[in-house]
Amino acid sequence: MSSQEISEEGLPAEQDTAHGAVKVADDPFADPGLPAHRPRIQDIDERAAKRSERTVALMFTLSMLATIGFIASYVIFPVDKIVFIWPFGHVSALNFSLGLTLGLALFLIGAGAVHWARTLMSDVEVADDRHPIEATPEVKAKVLADFADGARESAIGRRKLIRNTMFGALALVPLSGVVLLRDLGPLPEKKLRNTLWAKGKQLVNMNTMEPLRPEDVVVGSLTFAMPEGLEEDAHDFQNQIAKAALMIVRIEPDDIKDKQSREWAHEGIVAFSKICTHVGCPISLYEQQTHHVLCPCHQSTFDLSDGARVIFGPAGHPLPQLRIGVNSEGNLEALGDFAEPVGPAFWERG
Amino acid sequence: MKKLSARRRHPLAAVVVLLLALAATGGLYAAFAPAGKAQADDTAQSLAIDEGKKLYSVGCASCHGSGGQGTTDGPSLVGVGSAAVDFQVGTGRMPAQQPGAQVPKKKVIYNQAQIDQLAAYVASLGAGPITPKQSQVDPSGADVAKGGDLFRTNCAQCHNFTGKGGALTDGKYAPDLEGVSPKHIYEAMQTGPQSMPSFPDSTMPEQEKKDIIAYIKTVNGDDSASPGGLSLGGLGPVSEGLFGWIFGLGGLIAIAVWVAAHTAKAKKS
Amino acid sequence: MSTVTDTQRKAPAGERVADWADGRLGIYGLAKANMRKIFPDHWSFMLGEICLYSFIIIILTGVYLTLFFHPSMNEVVYHGPYEPMQGIRMSEAYASTLDISFDVRGGLLMRQIHHWAAVIFLAGMFVHMFRVFFTGAYRKPREINWLFGFLLFVLGMFTGFTGYSLPDDLLSGTGVRFTQGAILSMPIVGTYISMFLFGGEFPGTDIIARFYSIHILLLPGIMLGLVVGHLILVFFHKHTQFAGPGKTNKNVVGMPLLPVYMAKAGGFFFLVFGFIAMIAAIATINPIWALGPYRPDQVSTGAQPDWYMGFAEGFVRVMPGWEINLWGHTLVLGVLIPLVLFGLVLGALALYPFIESWVTGDKREHHILDKPRNAPTRTALGVAWVTIYFVMLIGGGNDIWATHFHLSLNAISWFVRIAFFAGPVLAFIVTRRICLGLQRRDKEKVLHGRESGTIKRLPHGEFVEIHEPLGPEQLHTLTAHEQYKPIEIGPTVDENGVERKPSALQKLRARLSRSYYGEGNQIPKPTAEEYKEITSGHGHH
Repeated sequence: MSSQEISEEGLPAEQDTAHGAVKVADDPFADPGLPAHRPRIQDIDERAAKRSERTVALMFTLSMLATIGFIASYVIFPVDKIVFIWPFGHVSALNFSLGLTLGLALFLIGAGAVHWARTLMSDVEVADDRHPIEATPEVKAKVLADFADGARESAIGRRKLIRNTMFGALALVPLSGVVLLRDLGPLPEKKLRNTLWAKGKQLVNMNTMEPLRPEDVVVGSLTFAMPEGLEEDAHDFQNQIAKAALMIVRIEPDDIKDKQSREWAHEGIVAFSKICTHVGCPISLYEQQTHHVLCPCHQSTFDLSDGARVIFGPAGHPLPQLRIGVNSEGNLEALGDFAEPVGPAFWERG
Repeated sequence: MKKLSARRRHPLAAVVVLLLALAATGGLYAAFAPAGKAQADDTAQSLAIDEGKKLYSVGCASCHGSGGQGTTDGPSLVGVGSAAVDFQVGTGRMPAQQPGAQVPKKKVIYNQAQIDQLAAYVASLGAGPITPKQSQVDPSGADVAKGGDLFRTNCAQCHNFTGKGGALTDGKYAPDLEGVSPKHIYEAMQTGPQSMPSFPDSTMPEQEKKDIIAYIKTVNGDDSASPGGLSLGGLGPVSEGLFGWIFGLGGLIAIAVWVAAHTAKAKKS
Repeated sequence: MSTVTDTQRKAPAGERVADWADGRLGIYGLAKANMRKIFPDHWSFMLGEICLYSFIIIILTGVYLTLFFHPSMNEVVYHGPYEPMQGIRMSEAYASTLDISFDVRGGLLMRQIHHWAAVIFLAGMFVHMFRVFFTGAYRKPREINWLFGFLLFVLGMFTGFTGYSLPDDLLSGTGVRFTQGAILSMPIVGTYISMFLFGGEFPGTDIIARFYSIHILLLPGIMLGLVVGHLILVFFHKHTQFAGPGKTNKNVVGMPLLPVYMAKAGGFFFLVFGFIAMIAAIATINPIWALGPYRPDQVSTGAQPDWYMGFAEGFVRVMPGWEINLWGHTLVLGVLIPLVLFGLVLGALALYPFIESWVTGDKREHHILDKPRNAPTRTALGVAWVTIYFVMLIGGGNDIWATHFHLSLNAISWFVRIAFFAGPVLAFIVTRRICLGLQRRDKEKVLHGRESGTIKRLPHGEFVEIHEPLGPEQLHTLTAHEQYKPIEIGPTVDENGVERKPSALQKLRARLSRSYYGEGNQIPKPTAEEYKEITSGHGHH
């Protein structure tokens, strides 16, 4: 599919051949050439030039003062000093003064240099020729010949055994690097399927760190819970809470539309995974009037009164529900782990 | 003893227990309460309820029903408690201009005395969260950092990191918390107004509410520090991106135009 | 060649240093070619400089930040000066970022310059790229430099993203969580890549250290190489220029590197640095102290990435939640499709120069820039692309638009879903019409002159506006652009009478060529004959 099939006449003519200097007389659109240079005020009036010079020097001088101001600010202002500066608010005196003085010191150097270039350096426009980037046919022929010589002298084409084994070796050697990456992490195995929840684990209120009791959870309230025995200073706290975090609300049992959800609840207290099934944000924007819960990251919306069915947004399946009951001490407890993996879906999820 | 336990499940047993409990409570109250003051309080209370009822029938009854039982335009107020009234009326949300997805806060039209009367009346319809005392909501001495942690667990998902507010579904929103009084923040947590869930004392004790109030007042008050300069609304990358494009890149392009522009030429003579 | 006189003359110190260097580096040869190199003056040619300078600023401030930042996820309890964090458990990464902000004098300024410069760097690259696009500056011989620039933009996005994640705050941690969720959605390999990247389950204790080496070494290293290559090619190709008197495809008109460009470009570096420093003095960016340390069970509303990832965020937000479960496996289309679209939309930009050159079949070098109006189809395609990009940016911030314009979140999501399909089509049609209208206006101007604004009353009472004829410089400038003819497939029977069937590809190419250059898709520029006929007849219209 080639350009050879395209006749060159389809292409527009090069403009400088169309408007060549020869044809100027008949072509009203011919290139009149670079316009003559017109002098600036500074080019003809030495007083104006002098003014420019003083302006540039003033800017450079002010820049020096700004740098001194920078050092002075650094020394004078304590790092935690907050001052009110309209309209910026209660800002750090140090950040504000350092930033402005540094900014001015730099800006004035730039402004001085540019003003100098604009008013005092020559502004005569000149033309420079371009040369084609492609090599001439002679150069190309020479290079190809040299390459052929080199290839022949190496005998790479003739001694195929060498060539093939070399390619083989070069192809294999990067494998070592790939193999070395193996220990970046463990294999997935069943890690994404299990959480810390298990039969008999009490639900611990994340505010008070006390076990939750059914009477604590009133209709319209929102509570977050984690499994008992998980400590904030545990080495794997973050990994565990990333899967085990629970969101607990109470809904009048008659308002729970999903039968299984009602059964897995305790007197209308439902415990859903706090981790969004879309990409794993902790979802918890619970609207108590509608029982809808919204994810702040990508706006997936789930209906907690209907088994956390997805009613809007990019999530693909409902939030997993934890089956809960009450133990002999009257505290809420899990009746097992989640029945399905929590969090984002993945290939092996099924 | 055996007899008693055998009758434990009698249908009237609960009533008997309840009566006994009430009698005990009343007796204890009568025994401990300073008699005269109780009398005076009672009178003042019933006066307030009467006044509140008058205000109620003028301002609220059309939506919430003449006895607070609720209509299609407004929910029942039985059992919402005085805290809910103090919040809804005290922030101007009630009386609402029109029913809708969300009733916004606006100018308060009742004075505090009238609000208290309304609250007393509504509280008399059924027990509910009561208006907190000043000492319950005063954040002085509270643990700001703990409040921040609690805020990020319980509140930030709707109200943003520093309480600047955020969007909910279908045009609803969690409002900015700047300038909201400690009492109203407390009442909102206690009662769960509109879409907001409640955070009752059973799951979030009073001290934790104070910590949260202290945190909000520290990071989202009139004189909250913003060490880096303009806070750009505290909204995060969207406003930062807009500022970067418009003022940052825009300013630099303006400078570039100056750098590249032709210097003024001398007038043709 | 009198060496005697040479040694007798005592060269000035500078010259002697230069001699010394020349003897080892051959600098005179380099300087001969480049010292008086010509650069054309136009503000839009300085957009790339904004990017280059902000990149340098990012490197300078970034090196400073590494002196204080601890890329570790070991947990510590904070006891520093910032009260709302005292006693809170956090990673060392977050704690050291707090220290940079509150303990190190000037540390906050450096952080803010670093981050503002990054935001501006990416925005600058975006605008620079579209300056190049709309003027056709990517055409031969600059296609490779277009790719270099494209790669810089993409790598810049990921460098920015990894850097934004380093403080391990609640906002960026949410972004990392999203990344992990997106990786999980990849069929077959998703869980493995996630485990390998995070060193186990999310969030693990490795990701910050790994992002750190990617952010400060791997990606910037590659970018630095690309920047150098980009600049070498700019020097080698010499800068493009707009059409105008004296400017041809075989020359470059402007002012020499030494002294004018040295002063202007060097000065501009200081202007950019100074300006960004002043922004960092007055405006907060990423106040991580207000965000709190990352915990996978906490979140804040308004969770957005920095703007350059916003359009990817938009795709993810407005995508319906499609999920296919078959044979015990899950295909998470709701996340996978946005990921693929992200790649496709960006990839289209990278490939465009090659597509266009295939359609035109033009193998010549182009150094004169097109005015966007003179390439209506290209301009319209570019605007369509930008429309998709900005529609998705709106999608990426739909919650902020919802609260600040009192709209429904769900309504905005639906608007974005529809606008993703309708927006670019509409933008294409409108832009092309505007371009054609502007071409017609140029033609009018060439043939009938400029509207002078002076109204004259003719003897019979008619009012006419006097049109002043254009000077030769403007006449040339307005007619200097090239116009292609659409490719014809040609006769289906060749000269020997053998039937020749055009391939599907050839047909496609002819179709595309017609839609670029066919009748009605560009306005033929005025010919000398037309001009002469009108001007010699002295007639108005």
